[in-house]
Amino acid sequence: MVRYGIFGTGQAGNQKLIINFVLLKVQFMVLEFEKPIADLEHKIQEMIHLAKGKNIDLSEDIKSLEEKLQVLKKETFHNLTRWQRVQLSRHGDRPYALDYIYEMTNDFIELFGDRTVKDDKAMIGGLGDIDGRTVMFVGQQKGRNTKQRQERNFGMANPEGYRKALRLMKMAEKFNKPIVTLIDTPGAFPGIEAEERGQGEAIARNLREMFKLKVPVICIIIGEGASGGALGIAIGDKVYMLENTWYSVISPESCSSILWRSWDYKEQAAEALKLTGPDMQENGLIDAIIEEPLGGAHRNMQDMAVRIKQQISAALAELDKMKPEKRIEKRIEKFCNMGIVNE
Amino acid sequence: MAWFKRKDAGIKTSTEEKKDTPDGLWYKTPKGNIIHTRELKNNSYVCPDDDYHVKIGSKEYFEILFDDNQFTELDKDMTSGDPLNFVDSKPYTTRIKDTIAKTKLKDAARTGVGKLNGLDIVITCMDFNFIGGSMGSVVGEKISRAIDYALKNKIPFLMISKSGGARMMEAGFSLMQMAKTSAKLSLLDEAGIPYISLMTDPTTGGVTASYAMLGDFNIAEPGALIGFAGPRVIRETIGKDLPKGFQSAEFVLEHGFLDFIIDRRQLKNRLYTLLNLLRS
Repeated sequence: MVRYGIFGTGQAGNQKLIINFVLLKVQFMVLEFEKPIADLEHKIQEMIHLAKGKNIDLSEDIKSLEEKLQVLKKETFHNLTRWQRVQLSRHGDRPYALDYIYEMTNDFIELFGDRTVKDDKAMIGGLGDIDGRTVMFVGQQKGRNTKQRQERNFGMANPEGYRKALRLMKMAEKFNKPIVTLIDTPGAFPGIEAEERGQGEAIARNLREMFKLKVPVICIIIGEGASGGALGIAIGDKVYMLENTWYSVISPESCSSILWRSWDYKEQAAEALKLTGPDMQENGLIDAIIEEPLGGAHRNMQDMAVRIKQQISAALAELDKMKPEKRIEKRIEKFCNMGIVNE
Repeated sequence: MAWFKRKDAGIKTSTEEKKDTPDGLWYKTPKGNIIHTRELKNNSYVCPDDDYHVKIGSKEYFEILFDDNQFTELDKDMTSGDPLNFVDSKPYTTRIKDTIAKTKLKDAARTGVGKLNGLDIVITCMDFNFIGGSMGSVVGEKISRAIDYALKNKIPFLMISKSGGARMMEAGFSLMQMAKTSAKLSLLDEAGIPYISLMTDPTTGGVTASYAMLGDFNIAEPGALIGFAGPRVIRETIGKDLPKGFQSAEFVLEHGFLDFIIDRRQLKNRLYTLLNLLRS
């Protein structure tokens, strides 16, 4: 269940609503398991307001509640189930690719179009700088409101999106700029036009061509990493996942519908798929996890952007030391080692 | 005293040879034509009346393509692990065991090295009977090693795809098989060794979005379903009925993603002509 900030506080009357809005300034969508936290936060805000209005000293109570809040937050967010992480990865307030890019760069020039069919708004890209160093960014982009979501097609790219991504990556190679991809998609779009224009071919070509790129490639799952649609821009020297994201061959919902023949087993499916960062790292399918601020990336986007930036800089420092041929060799070797067989 | 006397000593046909595919003596095509299975076999498993291409597996494709059905199988005994301890309605390990027993196959792909009209060739062929021809670690690894073999010996590689896509029970691992096979194909591509991808009914999902679409030559059998997303998923997503012939091999050819469609009865000779043209 998602509860919308100002409308969901349960208080009657416009006045109260306005007060709440002013007091809390930023109120996030609240997921079911975040409710106790949200309630406590709300209580604290109310006490602060009360103390101010009636001029009484409640600082002791407030302090004890705030301590309680910290404990509760840690308890909740350090013991997330896999399904809860999936929910966080889709949180309505979660930063999207362009949010991070604008936060991380001083200059950013967005580039459009695949030069063949059209510009795919679900796939964005452009040149920007990270601490003065130019990087080619490529990523899936979701929308914030209904209109944007439609425009961005919910972050589901069509073939032209993957071809746009490849065009930009080849351009990066030409100008010898490293590539950073930000992955956040519920999947490549399953539509008639997508099939007509070769969704499978577009993704497949990206997979093969990304293995040949002579420049460093860093891939970061910032939200949802669903199947081939995610992998289509996720072949890199380093593959990272933010703490509260998922990356797998299928979404828990679709997995549930196929294997359990019902949509109701998504929690079990999430557990079975082992799709979180820690799972993927344990299985050697990604390189590292980038920790999120307590409560999720959306609670402190600036902080999250700094962490991502640090990880990118560290990775580039390491990758710069290698010759292009060596990087390609290691990139291929890394992915070729993935898989468990008996013989 | 026996009523009948057996003139030939001991019938020694092995069980494997006895079993015809498809099972039974008569086969009925979707259009209703009935054909004797022996005739079907002699006709590359294509119904002569309506040209229906019966779904067949690696055993039959190898028989059709390799000279005198002579080939060396690579990685014959490779089987699936269960890296995620995956359990849905039954444990993955049980599912694998049951499927091996039922199909007499080890997994959803087999690799053979042999000769096609005298030309060296490596063929990996998928088996749909094995969990929907789904691609897990074994399929990915077998294809990778087949490509390694082609690279090392500088001989062409033919991939015959027939798959519903990735194998969910291997989740992240199965996804990475798309990456792995594409990585190997990038090496084959750079080395200038021909790669022919034959898509048969059906070729969908992660298989289409990786090795199946990466051929120097993408070819398909007539009428094969070829696509990224399955028709049901697309119908549910867009809420509209799909046009007739959508995602058929003919549709995919028309949209420019196939080099040609080939009748299975001409497959071997056409492959030979193509490889020969590349050679001389």
